[in-house]
Amino acid sequence: MSSTEVPIEPRVHYLNADYSIKSWLLTTDHKRIAWLYLIAITFFFTVGGVAAVLMRLNLLEPQGLLVEPETYNKLFSSHGIVMIFFFMVPSIPAVMGNFLIPLMLGARDVAFPRLNLLSWYVFMAGGSLVLYALIAGGVDTGWTFYTPLSTLYLNTHVMATATGVFIAGFSSILTGLNFVVTIHKMRAPGLTWFRLPLFIWAMYATSIIFIIGTPVIAISLALIALERAFHVGIFDPALGGDPILFQHLFWFYSHPAVYVMILPSMGVVSELITSFSKKKIFGYHFIAFSSVAIAAIGFLVWGHHMFVSGQSIYAGLVFSALSMAVAIPSAVKVFNWTATLYKGSISYEAPMLYALGFIGLFTIGGLTGLYLATTALDQHLHATYFVVAHFHYIMVGGAVMGYMGAIHYWWPKMSGRLYPDGWARVAAIIIFVGFNLTFFPQFVLGYLGMPRRYAVYPPEFQTLNVISTAGASILGLGYVIPLIYFAWSARYGPVAGPNPWNATGLEWTTASPPPTHNFEETPVVTEEPYGYDRIAEEIQVA
Amino acid sequence: MPNSHAIVAEQFDDREQQHEAASLGMWIFLGTEIMFFGGLFAGYTVYRNLYTTAFEAGSHLLNAKIGALNTAVLICSSLTMALAVHAAQTGKRKRLMGFLVSTMVLGGVFLYIKFILEWLHEYRDGLAPGLHFTYSGPQASHVALFFCFYFLMTGVHALHMIVGEGIMTVLLIMAWRGKFSERSHNHIEIAGLYWHFIDIVWIFLFPLLYLLGAHF
Amino acid sequence: MPHAFPLVPQEASTLAPAVDHLFYFLTAVSVFFAALIFLMIFYFAVKYRRRSKDEPPPRHQVINNIPLEVTWTVIPMILVTIMYFWGADIFVKNAQPPKDATEIFVIGKQWMWHVEHSNGKREINALHIPVNVPIKLTMTSQDVIHDFFVPVFRVKKDVLPDRYTTEWFEANRIGKYHFFCDQYCGMGHSLMRGWVYVMSQDDYERWLRSGVSGVTMADQGETLYHQYGCITCHGTGKGPAFRGLYGKPVLLSDGQTVIANDSYIRESILYPTAQIVNGYPAIMPTFKGQLSEEQILQLTAYIKSLGSKERNTGTP
Repeated sequence: MSSTEVPIEPRVHYLNADYSIKSWLLTTDHKRIAWLYLIAITFFFTVGGVAAVLMRLNLLEPQGLLVEPETYNKLFSSHGIVMIFFFMVPSIPAVMGNFLIPLMLGARDVAFPRLNLLSWYVFMAGGSLVLYALIAGGVDTGWTFYTPLSTLYLNTHVMATATGVFIAGFSSILTGLNFVVTIHKMRAPGLTWFRLPLFIWAMYATSIIFIIGTPVIAISLALIALERAFHVGIFDPALGGDPILFQHLFWFYSHPAVYVMILPSMGVVSELITSFSKKKIFGYHFIAFSSVAIAAIGFLVWGHHMFVSGQSIYAGLVFSALSMAVAIPSAVKVFNWTATLYKGSISYEAPMLYALGFIGLFTIGGLTGLYLATTALDQHLHATYFVVAHFHYIMVGGAVMGYMGAIHYWWPKMSGRLYPDGWARVAAIIIFVGFNLTFFPQFVLGYLGMPRRYAVYPPEFQTLNVISTAGASILGLGYVIPLIYFAWSARYGPVAGPNPWNATGLEWTTASPPPTHNFEETPVVTEEPYGYDRIAEEIQVA
Repeated sequence: MPNSHAIVAEQFDDREQQHEAASLGMWIFLGTEIMFFGGLFAGYTVYRNLYTTAFEAGSHLLNAKIGALNTAVLICSSLTMALAVHAAQTGKRKRLMGFLVSTMVLGGVFLYIKFILEWLHEYRDGLAPGLHFTYSGPQASHVALFFCFYFLMTGVHALHMIVGEGIMTVLLIMAWRGKFSERSHNHIEIAGLYWHFIDIVWIFLFPLLYLLGAHF
Repeated sequence: MPHAFPLVPQEASTLAPAVDHLFYFLTAVSVFFAALIFLMIFYFAVKYRRRSKDEPPPRHQVINNIPLEVTWTVIPMILVTIMYFWGADIFVKNAQPPKDATEIFVIGKQWMWHVEHSNGKREINALHIPVNVPIKLTMTSQDVIHDFFVPVFRVKKDVLPDRYTTEWFEANRIGKYHFFCDQYCGMGHSLMRGWVYVMSQDDYERWLRSGVSGVTMADQGETLYHQYGCITCHGTGKGPAFRGLYGKPVLLSDGQTVIANDSYIRESILYPTAQIVNGYPAIMPTFKGQLSEEQILQLTAYIKSLGSKERNTGTP
């Protein structure tokens, strides 16, 4: 316990301006809304995590260690639905985006603060409905809600869940709308598009996906609800409907949604790599435009989820080609980050460990994505554990690593306090090791042919499943440690000061925690981001 | 919450920035609306191509004359809305209130025709899949699919109309209290964009549902 | 005790080696790039580590290098193009089953696989096939979407309600292999699996003939043809005749021409008004709900048997 000797000056900032519950629940301050989201999604992450732990435990035995197949199906459905719609999608955008976008732009708040608060309430309304469905008995559609299974054959709480996800979708739409308008209209004087931090570019691309994609999944889920309520036959082949249409509508959103999860993390990594190597980013324009390219091409690749669904082989070939194309901007980013390290002054605080972990795991996740985009290989690998491993490398290895890195990097700004860096590094390494142990064996399982969503499985797959479960227990431990030291830091952590990392960026020019209106005076921007070379010049001159 | 005298909310530097932000926000919102309706249009188009005869038969069961009348009503309401925006820009409060009321009345007429003269009628005729469907011609299940889309698309559209009526009511109260002036009429313009958008959606819905393949 | 585990699946079809070679190519590319990135990060991370707390940021930073950017854009582009065409080549070649493939019918339902051979032999959650003979599965589902996946053959295809999908393979190794349902289909999804028995052609013949009544699928279809009164129209000229119909083009009343294949026959039985044969009135009632998927397949087999001179018994 190292408590600081420096007395905390009685400064009014956004956290201590008002302590009442009302001031939090009715706040329009983007920084406080970020905290509301942080608390909410940490809760949802825990719910989804518990489901994951139970699944992995069950898979220790080929016949299922704990639960019946029906319960197992509910576990993986809850895990997918909660983690994707209530953790991954809002994670970096709603927490870090809300907190950072106005700060990085030198603005007092987002363009529509009340809409921003409304978004949180909408999110919570959707989340509560899904939680109700889970408590009332669960849902076993899988997060993909494929018809006609979801519409005609299941008697679980599909209606409440679909409605909950539908409602939460509007939260994404409103948040995306708010961010796009904010980024367009609220930039500080001198902050031109190419002086924006890359995190902002990533959030811009993400918001575009929110705006364009989310309405489509909203309408698909509304159609599911309608079909269940009135049995009108839109997706029921017996009445002339087409179950494949649902898959098209669903993946039109849900594939871009993958980029909603990964793009913000890419933005975070660009910030972290520059800050901890004290270098300007290598290839700023290439990274910025690759975000936009990924968002744009991401809308044209949904059919790669359906190579074996019975869609025409020509459609399959087109979608395969487009999916391959997404690999290029992703590769460009990885190379540029690596090149940024060249001749840097690199230090290894916890956020940097997460950033480097991100690059490694995202590289594996991205490369294995190529297997699945290759039509002939997808015929074998589709819907096996290879797919499970691939998207966990992207979403957990990539997106969650980025999220953890972001929380560790900006925590001093959010809370005004430091956390024990030693513990944080240990946790980062535990998470990295546990993650690989959990998910790497699943690539092999998938290649061997083990299908996903199997409650019971042939005994020859047991060894790899046991290794995976062992890894999951390490991973679980890795996620508990930060919860403890962040809780400690929020109250007892040493005072951080405005710029603990000696980083550039407008958010570091104001106090930690920032005053309610972010900046005492509206900042004026005169140069490109990541101006570490200029700092070097200044030190030289001094 | 900004107090009522401040025309510019605290997060903005000036009125112009606020105005631009509000307009851009509305345009983006309309973009999401296009995607929302787009999902329905896509589904409708797919099925129409699969079951052309059944969809044409379904289309034939709709009352195209009443549909055309409703289209005219809605276009008139767009005109009064445009005039309301103009009145707001020139700071004429009485005219603004008059045009807002006419827009609301025309919207109400549209909804009356839609619900009472069309939906209720179709329900009684046994054309409501899932509730009361008695159509027994060839390919009845595919005709049901047509009506499913019909009710869904016109229903979602009507829902937007009802929301629009709500917005108009709020604007009317604000106008009555004298909240708008030549310098401050953001809300009216934005509501106008929204109203025109609903109108345009109907302009697409009408031929798609009533006219394509209809026999005159 | 956990079993010993392999790292690569067995290859048991003519397709498998092609898929695996492509898999190894991608693995080689992936390992190369992953190793390159990891080594570079590791090397930079050690070489350029910050040596003291107040080391100043580096001066004269290189922030752009267009030739480098072009290189690492173009090289991946070339590699993914190779992957694409290689994969597409296998995919397209494999999309069309050979004409002489032996047909077997598969019906998926929650949560079992029902297999029927042309000679009327049925099996549940098992598929007996001869080695070195191309096999074409015609598949449909009675309820939700399933997927027929044989890992050692490296193929899978979704099995959809209300339509046929096909999947084909030529096994080249005698043995007993898993097949799985690979599309989540509800409670018993993970139990919806069985074994493929690849047998020598002689063994297969023996197996096929044992324990069957001698009533082929086509025979059963013929019984249905009488039982359901199809004969009253289709046998009298009131409706189109079936002889020589299968596989031939049919002119419809709207001027279109379709090929009389399995899907066409199925649709004509269930949705008779959807495609009216030119010159005939639309008087046929639907048999939806009266005939099971299996019975429709039997009727199709019967119509197919009328198409050629001799009855197709399903054996080569």
